[in-house]
Amino acid sequence: MCRLFQHVLLCLAPVALTAADLHVGSGQTFGTVRAALAAATAGDTVIVHAGVYREGSLVVDKSVTLTGLDRPHLDGEGRHEVLTIAAPHVTVRGFDIAHSGNGTLTDVAGIKIANTHHAVIERNRVEDCSFGIYLSKSHDSVIRHNEVRGSQTRAESNGNGIHAWSCERIEISDNRVVTHRDGIYLEFATDSATTRNTVEDNLRYGLHFMFSHRNRYRENTFLRNGAGVAVMYSREVHMESNHFAHSWGAAAYGLLLKDMSDSRIVGNTFDHNSTAVTMQNSNRMVFERNEFRANGWALQVQSSCNDNAFTGNNFLGNSFDLATNGQLELNRFEGNYWDKAESYDLNRDGVADTPYRPVSLFAMLVERMPSSLLLLRSPLVHFLDRAERIIPSLTPDRLIDLKPAMRPLSL
Amino acid sequence: MMWRIVKYVCRDLFRGKIVLGYAAFLLLASFGLFNLGGEPTKGLIGLLSLLLFVVPLVSLVFATAHFYNSYEFIELLAAQPLRRNTILLGQIVGVSLALSAALLVGAGLPIVLYAANLTGLTLLVVALVLTFVFTAFAFLGAVIARDKARGIGFALLVWFYFALLHNGLTLYVLFLLEDYPLEGISLTLLALNPIDLARLLVLLQLDVSALMGYTGAMMQNLLGTATGIAFATGVLALWIAAPLATALWIFRRKDL
Repeated sequence: MCRLFQHVLLCLAPVALTAADLHVGSGQTFGTVRAALAAATAGDTVIVHAGVYREGSLVVDKSVTLTGLDRPHLDGEGRHEVLTIAAPHVTVRGFDIAHSGNGTLTDVAGIKIANTHHAVIERNRVEDCSFGIYLSKSHDSVIRHNEVRGSQTRAESNGNGIHAWSCERIEISDNRVVTHRDGIYLEFATDSATTRNTVEDNLRYGLHFMFSHRNRYRENTFLRNGAGVAVMYSREVHMESNHFAHSWGAAAYGLLLKDMSDSRIVGNTFDHNSTAVTMQNSNRMVFERNEFRANGWALQVQSSCNDNAFTGNNFLGNSFDLATNGQLELNRFEGNYWDKAESYDLNRDGVADTPYRPVSLFAMLVERMPSSLLLLRSPLVHFLDRAERIIPSLTPDRLIDLKPAMRPLSL
Repeated sequence: MMWRIVKYVCRDLFRGKIVLGYAAFLLLASFGLFNLGGEPTKGLIGLLSLLLFVVPLVSLVFATAHFYNSYEFIELLAAQPLRRNTILLGQIVGVSLALSAALLVGAGLPIVLYAANLTGLTLLVVALVLTFVFTAFAFLGAVIARDKARGIGFALLVWFYFALLHNGLTLYVLFLLEDYPLEGISLTLLALNPIDLARLLVLLQLDVSALMGYTGAMMQNLLGTATGIAFATGVLALWIAAPLATALWIFRRKDL
């Protein structure tokens, strides 16, 4: 028995021996990262010491861990893709990666993960790269605690901060993405989680995804992105406790939903957007426990949207609560708190005794003729809205919250 | 000498119950609005609607009535070696200041307590300006019309036009010219109504989000910039100066 145990130990020994640490830096075993990567075998850890490394395009084609000590700087000198990961089970942590090249035919990135799986990219700073962190056909990968900062001077070659194309089960969490084109971009990325990211000041969208089903988005913050957040052609998406704010402009939206279905938007906060949520062609969506505060328009729902439910949301201090170009008769509004509703509650059950019509006559007028916005809050508009509430004639008569809440709901 | 007349007028008005009643009404309504809504912004929106409605009306009716009520005093003053301008200006400034004081107490106090921000301040300033505009209008009507009924009628007509009719006309014109670029026309239509100007100056603070869209961007460009605000202030000043100058001009030639 003892001999057998010894035998096993002896067999394991070579494996344990090969999992070596390779040190890179001035005065270390290896002078360049490239040399260390060439010498490494699967399972090794390449430890890169502080310093500036200009080594063109580095390709990691072995399952190794790259660890930066005191933030070594990998520089692409404006010509190269800095780091390409082409092997499974690669971890990259603790690097400063900057100045990638630009691509016209291909997308050039600070860190590209291509045709592999189980990559972990964490605690890096990616600056002034065309694309920041780029995943393509790489399932089960993790991108976390990175700071990705785009460069405005790149103009049209400024790509997306975190970009994922055709990936399953990826995790994007605790990253900060600023001043890229799109902050986080997902296309054909499914069964993934995007959590606690801060995405600010990107030129176009903070978050943009298409054909990305069954994904979860939690506790992310999207601020001051040029056109807000736009999500399209996906189903069974779950968005919870995110914060969408300060998307300002005629074509800027806190959240734009186009051709989305069977998804849940729960417990999010939308504030100070020109339009908080706009929906086109989206069906069977559920909006629950969201707070819409101080937006120009809280909801713009197009007539092509059916079977959506808006329940238990708070509408506070928006210039308009709801605008639509149709009747929306197949959508359900129930148990929301509307601060513009004027009602009473005789039996004191917290539910207002009179129903509320969220679309005002003036909202319809502005929808048809935007320049009439000039009359916002004028006495004339006030009277027209009042009269319309009493005797509805032009506003959609089936669009009605039958059980509006009397007080703001605690969400 | 003018300031002595102003002092007499103010002292007289504060002794009467109407100015005090006006202040009390505003105070009650403002506190009510701020406490009812829960949110200070909602209170401010309510107060905006109220002030844009009430301030012009009260200024017009009260100032007109005041002119006819103190007609004998004005006649007496005219018998003294005083210039006509001094007499009427003293009256107008006196009434404006008395109403402004009531406004400052009635609306200013709650605003300071509940919404001491730029929006609140804008609303207060704009309401004060409207007081001066419509007091001037009231005196214009009063120096034209010889009897009180006509004077009050003129005041109500002016109020009805600026508070409601002008908005209706604006809407109609915008509808007619829907397909054309409307920047110049909208600006002209706005400038033609002091209440609209006042409202939009407050909205630029209040409904920033809604105004960031296309129409809003246009408005922001027209009124939100420093030049825009200077323009709006200039036009409002003109709205005080024009009726005032006309009233003075007529009063100088008037056979009392």
